[in-house]
Amino acid sequence: MTGCVAGSKSLSDFDVLLHIADDELVIGWRDSEWTGIAPVLEEDVAFSSIAQNEIGHARALYQLLSDDADALAFDREPAEYRCSPLVELRFVPDWARTIARRVLYEAVDELRLERLKSSPDEAVAGLAAKIDREEAYHRMHAEMWRERLRDEPRFQEALDQLWPYAVAMAAPDERDELSRRFKRKIPSNSLLLGKEHGNHADGWPALWEEMTMVRRSIPGAAW
Amino acid sequence: MVAAAQVWAALAEVPDPEIPVISVVDLGVVRAVRVEDDRVHVEFTPTFLGCPALETMRAQMAEKVEELGAEVDVEVVLDDSWTTDRITPEGREKLRAAGFAPPAPREAQAPKLVQLQSAVFRCPYCGSTETKLENIFGPTPCRSIRYCTSCRQPFEQFKAI
Repeated sequence: MTGCVAGSKSLSDFDVLLHIADDELVIGWRDSEWTGIAPVLEEDVAFSSIAQNEIGHARALYQLLSDDADALAFDREPAEYRCSPLVELRFVPDWARTIARRVLYEAVDELRLERLKSSPDEAVAGLAAKIDREEAYHRMHAEMWRERLRDEPRFQEALDQLWPYAVAMAAPDERDELSRRFKRKIPSNSLLLGKEHGNHADGWPALWEEMTMVRRSIPGAAW
Repeated sequence: MVAAAQVWAALAEVPDPEIPVISVVDLGVVRAVRVEDDRVHVEFTPTFLGCPALETMRAQMAEKVEELGAEVDVEVVLDDSWTTDRITPEGREKLRAAGFAPPAPREAQAPKLVQLQSAVFRCPYCGSTETKLENIFGPTPCRSIRYCTSCRQPFEQFKAI
């Protein structure tokens, strides 16, 4: 994999950006699973558009990290992906958990973009500012649904279930802020175990198979 | 040798693939043109990063400049320098005439839901501000759907970014 790296980023910057790129690619993939089957037409449009944006962000981040963004996105083995288990979980046709994930994901994403926007690396800071402008619309969508489902028990159960995944996805020094925003306690370390990025959820191998299927079908082909 | 003004004029003939009433120059996505001998360098800033029209725009811009007899490279600049404020006054008028409400000015802070739900946006058909947000998302990443309660016409609103 090191052969793909453009070379100018230190390893830790590279890891952080790859983590975010993989998260965006995979949540984009999961959100796109609602295209055509969302509970209302407006949400067909919304989820398709959100998914398209997230995958666009992944592409731009991979381009920052590599001269061959497609190779970085699709030519790795499943274990080499750095995404968070939160984004790998498959929820179709469960709308409550899908919305709970969107709400939690956007909150964690906002915190990390805020940090990247002040990166000393101009290319990173510039791209983070661009991504953040677009994510503002995803946050509005999440906020709207959070308000709409506030008194719905299934939504609250979904938030309870996914909260440890969201905390594990956040960097350790972002967790207090996340806890404050959701008025929820940080779970014990044993509940976070296996949920940090680089660990994988049960649905991941099947998603990887599907996501890379066409590319693997004819290695080296130009599409 | 090609002059920068000729390059700008050529680029002004490249339509936005999804809204062909306006050109890439009207849209403000051409950030800079540099000419060095017979080599032209164009800096292009994407609207939305997930926009599927990016590659088409880039290829069409390169083709137009090559017609001037110059070698060209179109560099995609992935930063925050494109904003809907860069849509030219002519571009905004062309959008309005085609039934798209132009974007509100960009503010320092990201827009909030409550702003989109307010009735300040003007219907491009009848001019009324009695309009409401139907969907934050529309047929492309850069547009929202609104509804005019005066003339009962749905319309597309450019997102401020």
